Amino acid sequence: MAIRDKLSGNEAVSVAIKQINPDVMAAFPITPSTEIPQYVASYIANGDIDTVFVPVESEHSAMSATIAASAAGARALTATSSCGLALMWEELYIAASDRLPIVLALVNRALSGPININADHSDAMGARDAGWLQIFAENNQEAYDNFIQAFRIAEHSKILLPVMTCQDGFITSHAVENISLLEDEKVKAFVGKYEPENYLLNEKQPMAVGPYAVSSYYMESKRLQAQAMADSKEIILQVAKEFEALSGRSYGFFEEYKIEDAEYAVVIMGSAAGAAKDAVDLLRTQGKKVGLIKVRVFRPFPAEELAAALKNVKAIAIMDRAESFSGHAGPLAAELRAALFNAKLTPDAISYIYGLGGRDVRVEDMQAVYTSLEAGDFKCIDIPYRYLGVRE
Amino acid sequence: MKSDISKLHENVTWQEITPGTSIIGSGTSAHFNTGDWRVDTPCFDESKCKQCLLCIPVCPDSSIPVQASKRLDFDFDHCKGCGICAKVCPFDAIIMKAGEK
Repeated sequence: MAIRDKLSGNEAVSVAIKQINPDVMAAFPITPSTEIPQYVASYIANGDIDTVFVPVESEHSAMSATIAASAAGARALTATSSCGLALMWEELYIAASDRLPIVLALVNRALSGPININADHSDAMGARDAGWLQIFAENNQEAYDNFIQAFRIAEHSKILLPVMTCQDGFITSHAVENISLLEDEKVKAFVGKYEPENYLLNEKQPMAVGPYAVSSYYMESKRLQAQAMADSKEIILQVAKEFEALSGRSYGFFEEYKIEDAEYAVVIMGSAAGAAKDAVDLLRTQGKKVGLIKVRVFRPFPAEELAAALKNVKAIAIMDRAESFSGHAGPLAAELRAALFNAKLTPDAISYIYGLGGRDVRVEDMQAVYTSLEAGDFKCIDIPYRYLGVRE
Repeated sequence: MKSDISKLHENVTWQEITPGTSIIGSGTSAHFNTGDWRVDTPCFDESKCKQCLLCIPVCPDSSIPVQASKRLDFDFDHCKGCGICAKVCPFDAIIMKAGEK
């Protein structure tokens, strides 16, 4: 029987960590993810788990220590937000290129500046090309569920790539919601024992991790890494299927919400999908053919699958909770437009920047987006992208 | 499984390269001539050597072979000519000379 509880998103992820009892956690506090290492440290102090906690002096060191632990053969993780993730930048690439199955609990927060502690996706988007899988949660339940699935995906022998689980700072990390937890032993059995094939502390088989690769080797190494990322799509779905059998909760690359007969669609990631779904429900009662896609997996990007799900819509609003300063689209919009182009689909696809630095997104805001889609009051060519909820 | 070093040559395909370019197994540098250039070269004077073996652990490239508790002449396939051995030798049995040989 599932356990009903009321937890914040941070506590939900921490409970998942407790149930998994990983070997090493190295972390440095930063709002709004600070509670995760705090909870884990208290579980360790109370003797609930025997994870080794490494208190470090910065996030650069947090990721370095996590990489070292993982290379040594430990199941290792960290948690961070915003500038903390930015300070890990160099190490993020190394974790991925060394093919270390680390899990990072990211609590999304705006990057400075101006300095701001609230939710947006600029931190995760800054790391999108680092070679990590990125899985986004809408609510506390998904934050918990995604974290439990993360190690299974990362550690799969065909993948061996780090995974970043993302949830929106404060909106889900600090808000308490009803949640359905799995029993400890079920989580343990699902995640399983970590038995890496090769690791530095294996005295029977020494190895070299992260050797220098001259130009005769670097490109082949990157191509192999790209293949692992492409192959991870199959494993993400496989793990989700097993998780569904365990929990009754179904996950894919994205969630389709009333999209089947929709003419106007919103594509969005993270917590604001909730307000957008309410807007869909309201507009549906007025007979409007509107739907939504909530992207769960941003890396690897489910390009063909998204294009297929959107093949019948007339217009799409692609919502980005991060600027990309390209002058023509947010990061999700740029990727999705490319996917549509490859699929030879040409709906109007407007890029909306919304919710930066924790700007609230209300149901009315999302209704307005659908209304402008329906009215066709934009042309990509004239206004390639626009801001939602900015004062003008 | 040990990496097959012979397959990891400069024309290796992406399908054959190891994940993370990790090398499973040890001592693989023996297969590579890493000492193909030097600025200075150590010269070993066996008559002055007392076989104290202080030079052995300081060599960063393990380029001083030891047999039956006695050091032999340098392994010039791997010596980079850094000169640490000459600095540590108490008996002037290692002299650095300019040039690759």
